[in-house]
Amino acid sequence: MTGAASAVEFRGLRKRFGRLTALDGVDIVVAPGRITALVGPNGAGKSTLIKCLLGLVRPDEGVMQLGGAPIGAGWAYRRELGYMPQAPRFPDNLTGREVVAMLRDLRGPSAETDDELLEWFGESGALDRPVRVLSGGTRQKLNAAIAFLFRPGLLILDEPTAGLDPVASGILKDKIRRVRDGGATVVLSSHLMAELEELAEDLVFLVEGRVRYAGPLAGLKERTGEAGLERAMAALLRRGGA
Amino acid sequence: MRTTRRVLKYELHNVIRSRAVLIYTVFLFLLTDVLFRFGGEGPRVVLSLLNVVLLFVPLVSVVFGTMYVYSAREFTELLLAQPVGRRSLFAGLYLGLALPLAGAFLAGVGLPFVIHARPEAALWGPLGMLLTAGLLLTFVFTAVAMLLATLFDDRAKGLGGAILIWLGCAVLYDGLILLLITMFREYPLERPVLVLTLLNPIDLGRVLLLLQFDTAALMGYTGAVFERFFGTSGGRMTVLAALAIQAAVPLLLASRVFRRKDF
Repeated sequence: MTGAASAVEFRGLRKRFGRLTALDGVDIVVAPGRITALVGPNGAGKSTLIKCLLGLVRPDEGVMQLGGAPIGAGWAYRRELGYMPQAPRFPDNLTGREVVAMLRDLRGPSAETDDELLEWFGESGALDRPVRVLSGGTRQKLNAAIAFLFRPGLLILDEPTAGLDPVASGILKDKIRRVRDGGATVVLSSHLMAELEELAEDLVFLVEGRVRYAGPLAGLKERTGEAGLERAMAALLRRGGA
Repeated sequence: MRTTRRVLKYELHNVIRSRAVLIYTVFLFLLTDVLFRFGGEGPRVVLSLLNVVLLFVPLVSVVFGTMYVYSAREFTELLLAQPVGRRSLFAGLYLGLALPLAGAFLAGVGLPFVIHARPEAALWGPLGMLLTAGLLLTFVFTAVAMLLATLFDDRAKGLGGAILIWLGCAVLYDGLILLLITMFREYPLERPVLVLTLLNPIDLGRVLLLLQFDTAALMGYTGAVFERFFGTSGGRMTVLAALAIQAAVPLLLASRVFRRKDF
């Protein structure tokens, strides 16, 4: 089912780190084949939620489903996932080509790949240079290329355009829309409101580990009576606090 | 197994090309080479290298190892998000760290012997023991590094722990044993001291090596007891087994922590 739409479902997800409650009963259904933005103030639980989905963090309570199948302790479901972490660091002494070869090896020879972004990354000869000499933006391109490489049904992008110049950022955004059109589900987090307004169709607004709003982007603006996303979110925050 | 092998392959590439491992190899090589050039015969060079191997190898293994695991943290997260199991990923990471360091030690110390040493019967025992002790200490202290770096998310804590453990094994432990011996000098202490020695990998390395020479006689009555126990092939096997256990215990603990950890 690679490349096909995968709905994601969180039910009653809870996670505590010591005394800190990162997720406090999160229920979300991420619609398949759409771009969903995960937003919220710092420390709202966005990263924890993403890490739960990736299997990096084990939730204390609750269930997650991907394409209708429960995500348990196994790792096979991660074949469906493409992940773009926020601050990528690759092994210093490997070249981009080797990093990609390693991930290809890990997936097995049968994996079908999408090399479009990889070619983009390699345009200036970056593929054969050690990762440690690459600029932050070039490294972010590699990061993106890896996330899209295996035609994942679910893309998880954490601040995807951070560190990219406007041209590169535009190319990546176009790519995101194209894979969505191809049927993939995209979950992204970003602090750039303009980017979210441009890309996101659905919005999940997390505050202190709880879902404050989940639904279409347009619905949020309607509900708050504000035209801009930033103001709409601020209005929602104020209303919740009162 | 397949995942482990694949992770290992690229980790090996990465670690072998790191500057620190290169410097480590060159340092060991130059040191051994110089000892030969200053007129040492094979067995005497082994004796001169004893303290280098016992102190320097654990220090480099535990400090470089801890720093390396921390620096690989973000990439480890990316690997964990791939369809691989945590257990095999951990094995690949550990071997990818320990094998290059072991190889650097073997090459750095071993090559000068190949170049300079006269092949003689008196050399093989001590040299074999030196290399065995160095390799085992590498595996023990890289395992400790893996444990520290998976246990503590805070780099400062992990690195501090690494230095403390090295200091404890290399310096403090012997001081404590001495203190114990002076405090309880009225009692027969050979057995307790023997047991205590079995708990410290660096002491075990020292015993293994010293017993290859006649210096054990210098240790007096305790030396005699040690010689009687460690000098037999059974005793030597016990030491090797103890070192293997000292590598396995932190490694198994680290693997357990790694498998349950929230990244």
